Amino acid sequence: MADEGDIILSELDDEELVLQMHDDLYDGLKEEIEDGVRILLDRGWTPYDTLTKALVAGMTIVGADFRDGILFVPEVLLAANAMKAGMAILKPLLAETGAPKVGKMVIGTVKGDIHDIGKNLVGMMMEGAGFEVVDLGINNSVEKYLEALEREEADILGMSALLTTTMPYMKVVIDTLKEKGMREDFIILVGGAPLNEEFGRAIGADAYCRDAAVAVQTAKDFMGRKHNQMAG
Amino acid sequence: MTVSDATLTTDGFSQLERGRILLIACGALAREILDLKAANGWAHLDLTCLPANLHLYPEKIASAVEAAVHKHRSDYDRIFIVYADCGTGGLLEAKCAELGVEMVAGPHCYSFFEGNAAFAAREEMTAFYLTDFLVRQFEAFVWKPLGLDRHPDLRDMYFGNYEKLVYQAQTDDPALDEKAKDCAGRLGLAYERRFTGYGDLTPALSRL
Repeated sequence: MADEGDIILSELDDEELVLQMHDDLYDGLKEEIEDGVRILLDRGWTPYDTLTKALVAGMTIVGADFRDGILFVPEVLLAANAMKAGMAILKPLLAETGAPKVGKMVIGTVKGDIHDIGKNLVGMMMEGAGFEVVDLGINNSVEKYLEALEREEADILGMSALLTTTMPYMKVVIDTLKEKGMREDFIILVGGAPLNEEFGRAIGADAYCRDAAVAVQTAKDFMGRKHNQMAG
Repeated sequence: MTVSDATLTTDGFSQLERGRILLIACGALAREILDLKAANGWAHLDLTCLPANLHLYPEKIASAVEAAVHKHRSDYDRIFIVYADCGTGGLLEAKCAELGVEMVAGPHCYSFFEGNAAFAAREEMTAFYLTDFLVRQFEAFVWKPLGLDRHPDLRDMYFGNYEKLVYQAQTDDPALDEKAKDCAGRLGLAYERRFTGYGDLTPALSRL
């Protein structure tokens, strides 16, 4: 039974409910997010609108406050867990209803590195933004990246590293793509705590992305340019 | 030495006497450096330590080191930086080159404590490392900053890909061994103790 003062999600109108879901996402309340998603779907919201207006918009606030030093990693992870739970409900429905596809990304942590928190956040936010994401997991060799890029006919390669010792491997992957004449076939985005813009430029990536929100925006910008080039 | 680990973590520490060479070090290395100084009679080395908790924000290390170099440069013949790369992605090395000061070689203290060559040769990907200092300050550097005190359910998100905790012991201390074993249990990892002593830190300082 709800305590006095508890908010009953089903009693809120759509606008109030979406704002409440932004708050619940911010607070990492997984069950409340699952309830909110189901209520919106029951009210006839499309899976795509539910994803973008309730979940992605809420997670964008989380991302901005993380960048501004208001939220820290643990809170972001709790929010991400809540969003993931909501997306688990929406994903099969999105596939059925044919939500817009922005592009396809192959993403993975580089060889020798097992850190995947940032990579997972980027993958989830990219999915939320309408990208198809093929997640290769951790400790990926150049062969594994190349095989996946070709098999999936991907538009974007995302590489992540947390260690100073493993981040140079990104250059090995990019140089191999160059050697094989495949470099220009893909947009290459890199990220991870010890990286910076200068490193991204030095290894020949298209962009360094400091966080998941930047990765999504950068990917959208590059895809937009690619489409313009094709149209021109 | 009377300075506490908590002070080394948040405030740093200085022992400026009559040395000609200044070591600008991470607070996490203060005890080890002072021990080496005392054991070898290195009176020519003065020490100032920056707060060890800069490691929680590695992007701030290079600018903090730069400020310390500028503050002390006129008082010493030479300055040596007792940091490895420490997650700065090469920025500290570039800053040291710009300032004309040398630093310890290696990616981080876990590496130079074991010896950079030996550490690299292990190619150990799934080990999480603690030193003497980090065992003593486990709450301040691991448990609390990762939010595990408030959200223990996040443990697998952080450590799910790790297999073991390696305690690199600089000293023989059964109490630290026990504490490190407990840390491994709390993180859900297997435990291994490796005695390293001070590794590459000793020759790096003895050359000065």
